[in-house]
Amino acid sequence: MITFNEAAYSYGGGELLADMSFRLLPGSFHFLTGPSGSGKTTLLKLCYGALLPTAGSVAVFDNDTRLLDRDAIAKTRQRIGVVHQDCQFLDHLTLAENVALPLSVSGRNMAEELANVADLVSWVGLSGQQFSRPPALSGGERQRAALARALILSPDVILADEPTGNVDWEMSLRLLRLLVELNKMGKTIVIATHDLNLIRTVKSQVPTRVLRIAKRRVQLAGADL
Amino acid sequence: MTPRLGLVLGALRADQQADRVVPPSGFTAQLTSFTAGAMAFLAVFALALSLASGRLAERWEATLKDTATIRISASDDQIAVQTAAVLAVLETTPGIASARALSMDEQRALLAPWFGPDLPLDALPLPQLIELTETPLGDLDTEGLRLRLAAEAPGAVLDDHTRWREPLVRAADRLRLLGLASIVLILGAMAAMITLATQAALAANAQVIEVLRLVGAQDSYIARAFVRRFSLRALIGAAAGTSLGLLAVTLLPGVEPAGAFLTGLGFQGVTWLWPLMIPPLSAVVAFGATRAATLHALGRLS
Ligand SMILES: Nc1ncnc2c1ncn2[C@@H]1O[C@H](COP(=O)(O)OP(=O)(O)O)[C@@H](O)[C@H]1O
Ligand SMILES: [Mg+2]
Repeated sequence: MITFNEAAYSYGGGELLADMSFRLLPGSFHFLTGPSGSGKTTLLKLCYGALLPTAGSVAVFDNDTRLLDRDAIAKTRQRIGVVHQDCQFLDHLTLAENVALPLSVSGRNMAEELANVADLVSWVGLSGQQFSRPPALSGGERQRAALARALILSPDVILADEPTGNVDWEMSLRLLRLLVELNKMGKTIVIATHDLNLIRTVKSQVPTRVLRIAKRRVQLAGADL
Repeated sequence: MTPRLGLVLGALRADQQADRVVPPSGFTAQLTSFTAGAMAFLAVFALALSLASGRLAERWEATLKDTATIRISASDDQIAVQTAAVLAVLETTPGIASARALSMDEQRALLAPWFGPDLPLDALPLPQLIELTETPLGDLDTEGLRLRLAAEAPGAVLDDHTRWREPLVRAADRLRLLGLASIVLILGAMAAMITLATQAALAANAQVIEVLRLVGAQDSYIARAFVRRFSLRALIGAAAGTSLGLLAVTLLPGVEPAGAFLTGLGFQGVTWLWPLMIPPLSAVVAFGATRAATLHALGRLS
């Protein structure tokens, strides 16, 4: 699905991530962990083409992201569901319209997909709020709405950046259950988090791999987690 | 223009969802409507001016081009001889359709407005007037004719109106060009202002664009949302401005035929159709300006 080949990312302030080589195989469940500021968000952005590696290469669906033009990057992004760290919405649209946004963007016929939107919204438990505007939602509701939006085009890969960042433990477990369920349906999942308890909880339910960013490098974490 | 128009109509028809993703931005949208309206209003006048001066130029050319006058001033006994000589010269001059000496009554009628009907013409040394009509080909060699007249009839002076008609026709033609140039400038100014309004809207909606990019929107999708809105606004504003402009032209006080310069600043006959093109033209201009500005900005924003 996604292959890092000696990829590195530097910016004005120096090298943030160096010499990363790993593969995210179809149907796998990965955690990405590391201290705040270690580059988790940056690594996810490399995965969906929002950033390009400054050395080495990142291939998404067998395409080198550096060789794709903007339109092709956009098309690639439609095949990857992203739950953004601060889950951005269009505040003037309703929750349901926000969830349906990727449909409009990818040129699908909205009328035919209305049922899917409703199904998805109720799957994440937000049926009651589908006509609310995003600013009126709680942190957990926003995270679940972002997940629903990430899923509407049934992408093969789901990248979630700190999806439990500002929600309570109860809600975190609920979100994780949704992601585990998706993984069992065959989706490739990557969750960036610094919450080790969360990782332990999931490890007991599905086979996962934990990638840890330490000293600018990505390592496979051992059994200590 | 036709493929362009097709693009515009396509954008206007495109799914409403694309339009909704940009929050309604009252100010820039109103600015666009107002600009388009004001510019359309001005364009109506420029168009009216251009059409009217075009008509004026044509009319002057038509009425003045093919007539000329020869004036013969000589002593009483010479007048008849020289008139005959002039008529003979005219017979053999190529480019002249007909020539005719005016009778005393006709000359009296011409002078009546200035001196009254009771003028004792016999007591005055009036010149004899000969009216001549050129052939439609307009191949009369006036300079040659003047030389021959000087030789045959020293008292004959050719007054072919060109001395004053040419500058008038040229001025009217120039005025028409100025009117057309004004329309081009007006459309250009409208494009410039709509470009600025688009840039303001893009800057105000940076967050929206980021979200759209996140969910995989291509540049063309994002552009469509802005383009559709601005084209519609320009169309509506220009329609209003054109209506007001037409109303103002219609309400211009009528000028009686004597005021030749200003007659018919209004639209006549089929020329009424011309101003109706201003609103769609404005929409096309807005479409082009917005699309270029948006795609340019999105290109830099990658
Ligand atoms: N283009 C950039 N310009 C400036 N700073 C950057 C840039 N990219 C990343 N950073 C910095 O790199 C660090 C890692 O960011 P991030 O990937 O968000 O880490 P994490 O998600 O693990 O907290 C942050 O301190 C951020 O400020
Ligand atoms: Mg982060």
